[in-house]
Amino acid sequence: MAHFTKTSSKVRKFRIGEFFTILMLIAFAIVILYPLIWMVISSMKSYDEIYNDVWGLPKTWIVENYSLAWSKGISSYFVNSVIVTGATIIAVLVIGSMAAFALAKYRTRLIDVALIFIIGGMMMNPQVALIPLFTILSSLELINTHWALILTYVAYRLPLTILLLRGYFLSIPKELEESAIIDGCSEFGIYRRIYLPMSIPILLTTVVLTAFFAWNEFLFATIFIDSESLKTIPSGLMNFRDALRTDWGVLLAGMVIASLPMVALLIFLQKYLVRGLSEGSVKG
Amino acid sequence: MYRKKIKLMPILFLLPSIALLLVFIYIPLIQNFYNSFFDFSVFSQTKTFVGLENFKVLLTDKVVSVALLNNVKYAIISVVFQVGIALVLAYILEDRIFSKIAPFFRVVYFIPVMISISVIALLFGFVYNPQMGLLNSFLELVGLESLAEVWLGNSTTAIYAVIAMSQWQSIGFITMLFIVAIQKIPKELYEAADIDGAGKIRKFFSITIPQVREAIFVNTLITITGSMLVFNEPYILTNGGPGFSSMTMSVHLYQTGFVKDNMGYASTLAVIIFILTALLALIQIRLSRTGKDD
Repeated sequence: MAHFTKTSSKVRKFRIGEFFTILMLIAFAIVILYPLIWMVISSMKSYDEIYNDVWGLPKTWIVENYSLAWSKGISSYFVNSVIVTGATIIAVLVIGSMAAFALAKYRTRLIDVALIFIIGGMMMNPQVALIPLFTILSSLELINTHWALILTYVAYRLPLTILLLRGYFLSIPKELEESAIIDGCSEFGIYRRIYLPMSIPILLTTVVLTAFFAWNEFLFATIFIDSESLKTIPSGLMNFRDALRTDWGVLLAGMVIASLPMVALLIFLQKYLVRGLSEGSVKG
Repeated sequence: MYRKKIKLMPILFLLPSIALLLVFIYIPLIQNFYNSFFDFSVFSQTKTFVGLENFKVLLTDKVVSVALLNNVKYAIISVVFQVGIALVLAYILEDRIFSKIAPFFRVVYFIPVMISISVIALLFGFVYNPQMGLLNSFLELVGLESLAEVWLGNSTTAIYAVIAMSQWQSIGFITMLFIVAIQKIPKELYEAADIDGAGKIRKFFSITIPQVREAIFVNTLITITGSMLVFNEPYILTNGGPGFSSMTMSVHLYQTGFVKDNMGYASTLAVIIFILTALLALIQIRLSRTGKDD
């Protein structure tokens, strides 16, 4: 408060500057929001209305576009995305936290090598591995199954996740586990009863980042899954568009449904997301 | 007995991660280098050794030069918008004066980041649509219909239309990263500058920029890496067209491998993408380790 009064005389001088700054912020917000609002409004319009009256509100709000979109394919994509995303999250949490625990707790030459091995994984990107992955997954007969996505998603999320979790685990005081060992707690017990419960915030961050990645991943989802009934939302939407041709209202309704879970996640778990982004800045 | 157990535990704990990384990251990487010396198609598993033939093709491939140039355009424009403008936005949003309204803008700017690229690209199909598109309708509305364009169907504008969409989607992401970095700057620095009577612009250049130097560097690296890899946006919006005017290296790789079924040459393209990005990733890893490792 004291600072505010100290600088307030200066603040007044900048009134016009501030006014234009706010105008700029609002203009930019409109540029971001308008297409999204347009998507929601137009998802309840008919093709003719979208085509002939781009800006207008619908004369009748065709809410049925949503039930049509759901029954014409989005429901199956949605369920597939939930399965793949859910399985990926659980596997990343369990496998990643176990590795991070070992890396944070033990100090041997082997551990150092393992750490470098895991960090090195961050240098890879899906594009480079695409063709070999396709052949490997084919030979394991996993192409065109959910496993093709789950296994690759987990593998590509692990390096960053392990690094994030290890950093957090290192900050857990050693005294806690020493007293646990005296109480007869096993190694696994220390992991499960001390490290995991104490790391809920960073585990939630992992959940958000992994969910965001798995829900939106496009490249693997397009190439590894061929059958319509197994497609996840990002690749499924492409088929959805081709199948609907000019049924734009229904397509837009499908797009809104596809976006809702992640926008909800952003609004409820913003805090954990921001933490994750700032600590492991890797683009999704 | 007890000693042995302790040594076994870390191995058991690490095994699943090591195995997954080995099978799905490291073996594919090595396999890809190996593949780039062969000629093969996806379903016939016979590979013909061609030595450096694929790399020779690379040098004369016109699409590669267009694609690389597009990746570079992507990188330059993205650094200007997603690093330059995002930093200014973050500075404004962290200004005390806007502390009441900043949370709202922060969420708004971040919404597109959370939405799937396929939704965004389909939406921009509507924005760029030459007949009813939002962009052309808007230009008409403000009396600039002469600027209206078949944005995605014109070989000079297509790549810029794709890049523009990426800026729209990603600027909020980098803004958020800068906001976090700016929040870590000690408040005393700004207070001292206030006492010296420094203005906002002055404070931006003499406090904010030097203090978030590392974040600027990291965000630039992320942005350039992302630009070298970009696939989804051009693939969905233009599929590299018209012609191959909006091709990027990743789209070229995909089309060569999975459309033309020329897996050997596609692997060679993947090698180039790896070389372009691995070095950037290495710098980034080194940098993040110096900060975090004890």
